[in-house]
Order: sequence, then structure tokens, then C-alpha cells
Amino acid sequence: MSEKNAVQEKDLFVSGHRACHGCGQALAVRHILKATGRDVIVITPTGCLETFTLTYGYSSWRVPFMHHLFENGPSVATGVVAALKAQHRDHIRVLVIGGDGSTFDIGFGALSGMLERGDDVLYICMDNGAYMNTGGQRSGATPIYAGTTTHPVGKKSIGKPQLKKDMPAIVAAHGAPYVATASVAYLKDLRRKVEQAMTYQGPRYIQIDAPCPSVWGFPSDRTLEIGRLGVQSGLVPVFEMVDGRITGVRKIRTRVPPREYLSAQRRFKHLLEGNRAAREGFEKICAMADSNIEKYGLMD
Amino acid sequence: MGDNGKTERVLEGSEAVALAIKACRPGVISTYPISPQTHIVEALARMVVNGELESEYVRVESEFSAASVLAGASAAGSRSYTASTSQGLLLMTEVIYASAGMRLPFVITGVNRAVSAPISIQPDHQDAMSLRDSGIIQIYVESSQEAYDTHIAAFKIAEDPRIALPVMVCMDGWILTHSYERVRLVEQEEVDRFLPPFKPIHFLDVNDPKSWGPIADEDLYMEFRYAIHDAMQMGKKRIKEIFSEWADISGRDHGGLIEAYRTKDAEIVLIAMGSVAGTAKDAVDHLRTGGKKVGLIKIRCYRPFPYEDILKAIQDAKVVAVMEASFSMGSEGAIGLDLKAKLYGRSKTPVVIDMIAGLGGRVITRGTIYKIVEQVEKACESGAVPFEPYWMDLKPEVLP
Ligand code: SF4
Repeated sequence: MSEKNAVQEKDLFVSGHRACHGCGQALAVRHILKATGRDVIVITPTGCLETFTLTYGYSSWRVPFMHHLFENGPSVATGVVAALKAQHRDHIRVLVIGGDGSTFDIGFGALSGMLERGDDVLYICMDNGAYMNTGGQRSGATPIYAGTTTHPVGKKSIGKPQLKKDMPAIVAAHGAPYVATASVAYLKDLRRKVEQAMTYQGPRYIQIDAPCPSVWGFPSDRTLEIGRLGVQSGLVPVFEMVDGRITGVRKIRTRVPPREYLSAQRRFKHLLEGNRAAREGFEKICAMADSNIEKYGLMD
Repeated sequence: MGDNGKTERVLEGSEAVALAIKACRPGVISTYPISPQTHIVEALARMVVNGELESEYVRVESEFSAASVLAGASAAGSRSYTASTSQGLLLMTEVIYASAGMRLPFVITGVNRAVSAPISIQPDHQDAMSLRDSGIIQIYVESSQEAYDTHIAAFKIAEDPRIALPVMVCMDGWILTHSYERVRLVEQEEVDRFLPPFKPIHFLDVNDPKSWGPIADEDLYMEFRYAIHDAMQMGKKRIKEIFSEWADISGRDHGGLIEAYRTKDAEIVLIAMGSVAGTAKDAVDHLRTGGKKVGLIKIRCYRPFPYEDILKAIQDAKVVAVMEASFSMGSEGAIGLDLKAKLYGRSKTPVVIDMIAGLGGRVITRGTIYKIVEQVEKACESGAVPFEPYWMDLKPEVLP
């Protein structure tokens, strides 16, 4: 499918929603539904996606869609799957599209329960690395040293001090048969992974790096470029895991220095100006890029 | 029709509930264990694994998820059920608010148990009462028989398209769940006729995709909330009809929204909910033989609040003593508040006195009820309506 044909009038996710200009997830969702087809029910925990696609009377969804709460997307999905089974409608597949706040933090217990039960749900995490719907507070997915509104940069702080949780590994450790990461910068790859995930039964997980111009702080026409820089610098590894083992990675052809990725965003700017702590932070992030490249085998 | 309860068995209360749920053929059951609710979901688990009940039985990791599974399952069009109690019900609170708002008609057994702290597994009504504003319909039962009958009616109430709200059947932990009682069961065909399969008007359907759970700000939020209230108010009539339909089938009439027991000429009317109503009826009978004009209102349906029925039953009473098994901290008992609010400004209203009794499972005997009546008489003689509720059998000597 060429990029052009991939987006047609028959989209199951339609325009007219209220996402910010250049929002990474709006783009991703359109392509996700391209890959799933219309025999799906989508559950979305509270977050940007729900609020910008569903104001009473207006919906962007041409598939049955349900938002319930912030922390229960996986369990609502479990309920839907159970009901479909009880009604012998189990050819219909169930999809959760959550943000990183609901996935990494508040809904983590429910997600773990869903994974452990082995429920037939494709869980997609739109990872923009913070609580964007409330204005950019830190989440368990926020990258180290990013400035956020609840962990701002200041005299005593160079941003969030903790590492991002390694969710794909955590999900894989639950025994999920298919786990992958993707980026909105590589839509064909993203679509393929969703298609791939749909061929499995049981809990599947895809984490999509979804740049957010509003809170990351970059011009809204640079979303795909920023996404690409993340991948090409080694900071956003894109890979696929089957039965807990890495089976494929997106190789980096021309390596981009992390500086290029970091300097293009307001949330990291402070690491490139400033004091010793900032310099050390910057070095640490560069080292992380190196170790990602080695760990996932991102370069030949 | 009359007595269809051909099968009579001595059952643990929890088992009676499980048999009622089985007869309702739920598509989805979700469970998380918490005492004293466990025997209900364990009995259902046995029925499912033995092939007696065809149901998707989902073991979840928290009560929050237990309720969330019901939300998803009922939105997808399945009849759904769970049971919980105490902290578990509190953990479900957010889910229940949202589910009532989304008009999802599942049924929960609210096994009544005190809430922490201090931790206590003994029965009182604080857990369920903490959900009183959520939009879930609450029905309290006095006996295992009533629990059995009410659960079957509960699904019909919840799924009625004019109501379309979750329903919680509340039963006292241990006193009802763990005691054995003679229970008459209704034939499956009769239940099937009374409760046909759940056919929601709206559900998650790929052939007719709809969106659920939108944002509605200041332009529409109020209307959504009013609609819940309206469904409850209008639903009162329907609830009574459903109860009496079931009474025709089962041959057992537990009353409508309330049961008025010897209230006709009563000067003192007690109000109670749950299993204590049985003790109270005994006490009323005894006091009547002693010449005291005492009666009892057992509230069956607490939400919607049946004030019309209560007002009618107390119109000739001098004084009403409300027995409360829960308390609104910094105020008083919730039933008293509800009742007084509706009495205010009306002519010829009885005095309402709040009696906090039985918190954390403190035993209420007939003796406690005699003391309540004495207390009420004293207050009336003195002519002073107390501002503060009475805390029956409180031990002031252990207070800090
Ligand atoms: S805040 Fe970010 S994630 Fe949310 S809609 Fe705007 S661009 Fe998208």
C-alpha cells in the first residue's frame, strides 16, 4: 500500500477532531484503523485522544468506541471481550488505545491483570512521554531529564530524574506473544505491526512514539521529523518481539547525534545550555543512545 | 399464579444469591475476593466449572477492574454481575459513577460491611451508603429469601430501558451471607419468562458504530445528570410493578419500595433497613402486646428514595425513630437527612429522631430496640427535639 493510498475517504477515523496541529497520535490512529479494518471495538482511557475525538454530538470514530475512565481501559476491554465471547461474536477484535499516563502509571495494575489473564486484546500505547491532556506533567514514560510542569527545570533540577519505565520488556515478561514499538515517523512500519499484531490471539502490545508539538515544544510542521530524529539517534528504539524475544529492529542508516534531537525540543533545551549538571545529563543521554544501539542491535 | 417456589432448600445466604444469579443467566461475571462476599463468587465459580452455568467468569486483579469489566460487558450487550463489599465497593466508586452516567445496567451484590479504619469485617451500611449519590439503584434485603427474590428482580429493573441504571442489592455480611435459612427457589422456566435475555437498545456494534463516554461540558452536563435522577424518580413506579410481578410468580411479596409493618395506627414509627428489620418486627410485636402503638418501616429501596411511600406511612405518627447503620461524618445519618429534608415545610409532620445503631456490627437485639423506643418517648415528653443523633450503646468510657 503506498502512503497515498493508505489514507482515503473511507478512513475509519475521520478529520474534524480537535487535536492540536501536528499531533502525532491523531495521525497514528488513522493508520492503526487502516490496519485493523472495521471489525473492531476501540476502548480509550481518558487522555488527549478521547477528549479531542469525542465531544457529545461529534465523534471521529467510525468503529464502535468507548471511553470510560482513566485507569480501566484494559479491564473494560476484558469485559467487552468476555461479552463478545458470551454472545459468540468473537470474530470482532478489541483494541485499547491508551496514552502513556494510563498505560505506565494509573492503569498499570489493570493492564498487568489483562496481560496475565491472557485476554484477546491489542493494547496500543500512544507514548508522548507525559500527561499532555492536563498540560505536560511527568509520567512514568517521561524520558530522563525532560522538563515537565511537575518536574520543571530550575536551580536544583535538570528535569525528571528517573528513567522511563521499560514497558515493552515489562509487557513481554507477562508472556504476551507479540510486543512491538513503532513511531509515527514510520507509518508503513506502524501499519505492518498492527496488521501483524492482529494475526495473534491473546494480549498484544504496541508502543508508539507519538511526538506532541504542544508540550515537547517544536513547530507543528516538524512532527514526523522529530519522530525520525528520535529513532535515528538511538533514543527511540523501534523493534518487534515475539514470545519475549526480539525478532526485528528498525536499523539506523545514518546515525543522528542526540544533540540534534534534544536541541529541537523545548523540553530538553536546558541540557544544552547551562551548568555542569546539565552537561552531565546530556552525556548520560548520549550514553543511553549508545547502549540502546548496542542492546537492540540498531546498527550493522 | 401463586406459589411457584416448589423447591425448598436450606441454604447459606450466599448460596441463595448464587442460585438467583445462575437463574438469571448472566453472560459475564467478574470477581475479586473480599470477605464476606467470597462465598457468593466461589459458588458461582463452581457452577461455571461444573458446567451448570454458562457464563464468562472473569477473575480480575481488583474491585476497580471487577466493576470495569461489567461496564465493558454491559456496553457490549451482555447481562453482567459481580459482588463486593466494604473497601471493595469504595474502590469501585469511580467506576459506578461513570457507569450510571453511561446508563450501564449491571447488577452488584453489595454485601454490607463496615469500612476502614479501624479495619472491621463486621456488617454495617457505610459502604453502600457511601455510593448513595452515584446513580446506582440500591435495594436492601432482610433475609436470604428476599435476597434470592430481589436479585432476580434487580436485573429486570436495571435493564428496563426507561431506567437503564446499575442496581446494587444490599445484604448484611455474615448475618445473611453466612447463615443458613430455608429458601424457596423458583423454576428456571418461570425465571426465564420473567427475565428474558438482555436486549439493549444501544450496544457496541460494528454494524452500527456508536461512540460512548464523550465530553459534555457546561452546555450539556447538567442534562445528563438530571436524566439519571429522572430515571430514578420515574423508575419508582416500574420498580414496584416489577416487584409485584415477581410476587405473583413466586408467591412472595416483600413489599414495594418500603414494607410498612403495623404502621396504621402507630404513634411511634421505627425506620430500618436490612436484616435488623426482622429483629425490629419482633420488637414491635412485643411492644404492641404491651400496649404501645409502635410500627416499623423497612426501607427496601433506598435509592431512589421512597419518600412518598414513607410520608404516607408516617402521616399519623407522632415520632419517627430512624435506625441508621451508617453515618455522614460531621452531620448525621443519611436516611434521617433524606427524610427530614422531605418533611420540611409540610404541615403536621412527626418529630424525626436519628438513632445511630449497629456500626461495625455492634449487635442490635430486641433490647436495643426497646431502649430506642424508651429514648424516643423520653425525648417526646421533654418536648425538646435533640439536635444531635443518639449513638445507641456507645461506650463513652473508652473514648479519648
Ligand atoms: S497536547 Fe500533544 S498529544 Fe495532546 S492533542 Fe495536543 S499535540 Fe496531541
